[in-house]
Amino acid sequence: MKPLDVARMSLQALQRYPLRTAMMLLAIAIGVAAVVLLTAVGEGARRYVTGQFSSLGTELLIVLPGRAETAGGGIQGLLVGETARELTLDDTIAIARSPRVRRVTPLVLGAGTVSYGARERDITVLGTGPAMLAIQHWTLGAGAFLPEGDLESARPVCVLGSTVARELFQSGSPVGEWLKVGDARCRVLGTLAEQGLAGGFNVDETVIMPVASAQQIFNTSAVFRILTEAMDRDSVTAARRDIIEIVKLRHAGEEDITVVTQDALVATFDTIFDMITVGLAGIAAISLVVAGVLIMNVMLVAVSQRTAEIGLLKAVGARNSQVLALFLTEAACLSLLGAVVGIAFGAGGIWLMKLVFPVLDFAAPLWASLSAVGVAIASGLVFGILPARRAAALDPVNALLRR
Amino acid sequence: MMELSGIRREYVVGAETVHALDQVDLTIGGGEYVSIMGPSGSGKSTLLNVLGLLDRPTAGTYRLQGEDVSGLDDNALAAHRQQHIGFIFQFFHLIPRLTALENVELPLVLTGAAPRARRERAAKILESVGLKARLDHRPDQLSGGERQRVAIGRAIIMQPSFLLADEPTGNLDTRSGGEIMQILEQLNRDGIALLLVTHDPIIGGRARRHLTLRDGKIVGDDREAKP
Repeated sequence: MKPLDVARMSLQALQRYPLRTAMMLLAIAIGVAAVVLLTAVGEGARRYVTGQFSSLGTELLIVLPGRAETAGGGIQGLLVGETARELTLDDTIAIARSPRVRRVTPLVLGAGTVSYGARERDITVLGTGPAMLAIQHWTLGAGAFLPEGDLESARPVCVLGSTVARELFQSGSPVGEWLKVGDARCRVLGTLAEQGLAGGFNVDETVIMPVASAQQIFNTSAVFRILTEAMDRDSVTAARRDIIEIVKLRHAGEEDITVVTQDALVATFDTIFDMITVGLAGIAAISLVVAGVLIMNVMLVAVSQRTAEIGLLKAVGARNSQVLALFLTEAACLSLLGAVVGIAFGAGGIWLMKLVFPVLDFAAPLWASLSAVGVAIASGLVFGILPARRAAALDPVNALLRR
Repeated sequence: MMELSGIRREYVVGAETVHALDQVDLTIGGGEYVSIMGPSGSGKSTLLNVLGLLDRPTAGTYRLQGEDVSGLDDNALAAHRQQHIGFIFQFFHLIPRLTALENVELPLVLTGAAPRARRERAAKILESVGLKARLDHRPDQLSGGERQRVAIGRAIIMQPSFLLADEPTGNLDTRSGGEIMQILEQLNRDGIALLLVTHDPIIGGRARRHLTLRDGKIVGDDREAKP
């Protein structure tokens, strides 16, 4: 029996009962569409989150002194970079000249006390440049941030983190007031809005000063970190190469810095969302198995309805295997057609979701659509086996007794 | 040639064993015209099913065209049916969703014959049974007599040596029944052996050999003198 004839006869049999066939197609289509839509939601969420990340500084490069040998840098390198040669303000200024770098700011950190009148508080002093506000995406609460100008001039000004401002001034406005950081006096230019924890560091409990002023307080010429923002996400790699080259030239040809990017973090999120998407697909696939059970049910009814036909086929010489093939093909055709309809439903659903939530870029991954179709056909075949075997095993004499 | 020797067919119904065929010895040669008659439950249909390889005897030997087919499996039996035997049933057993032409070519489809060749052959056969204008009609668009003619077409498309008909006119009026008998008898004259199970003594009387069954035994085997 030719495969084409098997397929034709199966389709003719399905045509015979249009309502039942339509219901079955619907059941399978819903299953396939569920897989497509749920994975599209997962994928949409992944794209949204990684998109948010790239808007929040995947262009960020952190330069630290010393060479961390671990691939990708990571937290370890960030925290315990061994100091071979210190980074300096001049390194910062040199990096700023790279055309692939949009913003640069140095970072000096140290523990200190701040006092206003009789109130005194232990805080972290953060010495940096005016570009810090944009690089860290901080927002100002009141007043202004550090002024533009020469990084090397130590001005007696500062910006307060929100907690520091609240504790020293309560409800009063600190802008324009003088206070003491360590032994140095400085004037408050502005305050930051509440930022919360960022990278394990609480900005709200810091006093931000020009980098040169902080270096004076801590009596150092070194810079703890240099924060750099590349022109865009695509130029991160080139910017990284640039920075290493520039600093290497300045450090007597020695490559003694580490540049950490946020790509590793984004990659982690990518992986997490991929796992979620796979999980969603798995849950939706259960409905395909349910559809498979329905196929089995319908095929069992079909076998008992077509007993006489099976008997006749056997009388005119059909082998058991041919009867089996006919009924299995019928189940497979049902699930294949259902899967095609389901893919169409899924595409329509994605279109609708995009219409309702234009922010999210819904898209079903190809693997999800393909495996949904695969699982649909497989469950049609697996659950088609029992009815098909029953048909094949029918005794022709008894089968022909039916009219 | 069909040769049965010592054929028994028993069914177990509850605690009882029913002897549908009881020690049947029978030889039917090629080209014969045999009627099988007897009261209900006498084993006529069982005999026809055993002869047609649809049913397996409980005991005994059956040689079909010289080959012992008693112990063959389902697939081998199907192959022999396909090659040697055509069936005609009281209720036609046409597949309702297929056209007359598709019903007739069905046995050829099962063998994997090329679509064009089998269609031509089916059309020619339908023409020979007078259904040239009905090729694309479905069974529900055909009269009883026409349906049975389609069934005859399906039975002979593999050019079998034996045609087994179980009450072929049982569901037809006298006129179309007569037409069906004429077609069957013409086929017999062309060389196919015709075995006919019937209740109707007039139809049964037209055969050249009359078998009578009672309680699973052959109690009468008369041949007409003239061929």
